[in-house]
Amino acid sequence: MRIKKHPILGSLEKKKEVNIVVDGKMLKAIEGEPIASALMANKIITFRKTRITKEPRGYFCGIGLCTDCMMIVNGVPNVRTCITPVTKGMKIETQTV
Amino acid sequence: MLTTDVVVVGGGSAGLAAAIESSKAGAEVLLIDENARPGGQLFKQIHKFFGSRRHYAGIRGFEIGRRLLEEAHKNEVEIKLNTIIFGILGNKIGIVEDKTHAKWLKAKTIIFSCGASEKLISFPGWTLPGVMGAGAAQTIINLHRVLPGSRFLMIGSGNVGLVVSYQILQAGAEVVAIIEALPKIGGYGIHASKIRRAGVQIAVSHTIKEAYGKDKVEAVTIGALDKNMNLVPGSEKRFKVDVICLAVGLKPNIELPLMAGCETMFLANLGGQVPIHDENMETTVEGIYVAGDCAGIEEVSTAIESGRLAGIAVAEKLGYLTKNEAYDVKVNLREVLDELRGGPFGMQRKYAKQQLIRRAAHLKGV
Ligand SMILES: Cc1cc2nc3c(=O)[nH]c(=O)nc-3n(C[C@H](O)[C@H](O)[C@H](O)COP(=O)(O)OP(=O)(O)OC[C@H]3O[C@@H](n4cnc5c(N)ncnc54)[C@H](O)[C@@H]3O)c2cc1C
Ligand code: FES
Repeated sequence: MRIKKHPILGSLEKKKEVNIVVDGKMLKAIEGEPIASALMANKIITFRKTRITKEPRGYFCGIGLCTDCMMIVNGVPNVRTCITPVTKGMKIETQTV
Repeated sequence: MLTTDVVVVGGGSAGLAAAIESSKAGAEVLLIDENARPGGQLFKQIHKFFGSRRHYAGIRGFEIGRRLLEEAHKNEVEIKLNTIIFGILGNKIGIVEDKTHAKWLKAKTIIFSCGASEKLISFPGWTLPGVMGAGAAQTIINLHRVLPGSRFLMIGSGNVGLVVSYQILQAGAEVVAIIEALPKIGGYGIHASKIRRAGVQIAVSHTIKEAYGKDKVEAVTIGALDKNMNLVPGSEKRFKVDVICLAVGLKPNIELPLMAGCETMFLANLGGQVPIHDENMETTVEGIYVAGDCAGIEEVSTAIESGRLAGIAVAEKLGYLTKNEAYDVKVNLREVLDELRGGPFGMQRKYAKQQLIRRAAHLKGV
């Protein structure tokens, strides 16, 4: 969920919106925000399943250290979505391998 | 190969302050940060800072960041962003620019101000999406303005747990409880009273037993601890939450100093393994310095002053300041640091810092 009003930070500035495709579904994101932020704004919390036991993983450290948030981005696997900015038309897929 | 007087690794409050001082003295300084913007922790901190008036008390973190950046630009510090340091080989620094180009730089001196990372605890269900570091929650909420959920449980009542809990409320979500394993609240009284006034319960002597959920966190069980830290049978409570934040402490990022050969020592009051440094912030490797949280977890004010101290010491080492010129400034900065390490929390850190300096003197045979 986006935080529209904030007592200290004020109202959410209008920033450039772009479309991204997440597991085949078109979603709105803000250009330049981390992919993880765009996903969570769209209430997507589960980013990948572990390779062997298929356990769910998501956003954990937020600074590119833990690799829990990895997804397939424009065909490239193991992309850390917490530190990778959204670009227009980006194709994002849940990683299960 | 490019050779620079000083490479500063990490552009948070400590790194910026160090770069400003070295550059002011005439040294050629390159500041490197892996993030897209400098400032480190500062731009996530929307609360008013504690500290003395001289040290930005009552000023919000992002405002301190803005001022430091201005000063850095005025003093012509070269800042290289989106650049990761992957290795240190003697005085050579391996970097990756924009995730694609790897290359080596040479530095006469290096200042590591690469901050800290969050500590973790594990429990059944801790890998479920929705369990995250308190700092990670703070980043997504304050910097990117997205709430990862609506009902939060905070584990840990240190300053980070208390401050981030309050910021979760400000963002419009609910903090169901803050739990703390120790019998007393870890953070400052002012932060604790503020969050209590907002109606959040702080349960001391409580821990998390398990997090539940299919694809993400849906519920949690907490329980009381007896004085031997064992779970009191029958004290368990289960409730619904969708985010569990871990605020169980920070530890210095020492990977790069270790790669450079710096010796460390374990000091619980400074966050764990800390690079040993002398009273000039120089490590056990000549020409390599540390500052800020990387040299022991403290606060912004101490990060800034320790950064300035390292910056001055480096300028002196390189001959940009004479011994006499550097002396007065260094003595003054050390006095300020001493003053900042007051109060029951500060005293413990002051003592730990003294241990580091004594160890450095011993190793250097001074
Ligand atoms: C929630 C919270 C609340 C706080 N509240 C207060 C408060 O009220 N008052 C107070 O005084 N202090 C507070 N602090 C503490 C304060 O923020 C820190 O002590 C201070 O910011 C440390 O500064 P630093 O420059 O050492 O590290 P940081 O600000 O963390 O900067 C480190 C920088 O190094 C970079 N880096 C790391 N590794 C690499 C690498 N390999 N290559 C390139 N760059 C790298 C990082 O990207 C980062 O920019 C708070 C901290 C937190 C988490
Ligand atoms: S959340 Fe840890 S690497 Fe992205």
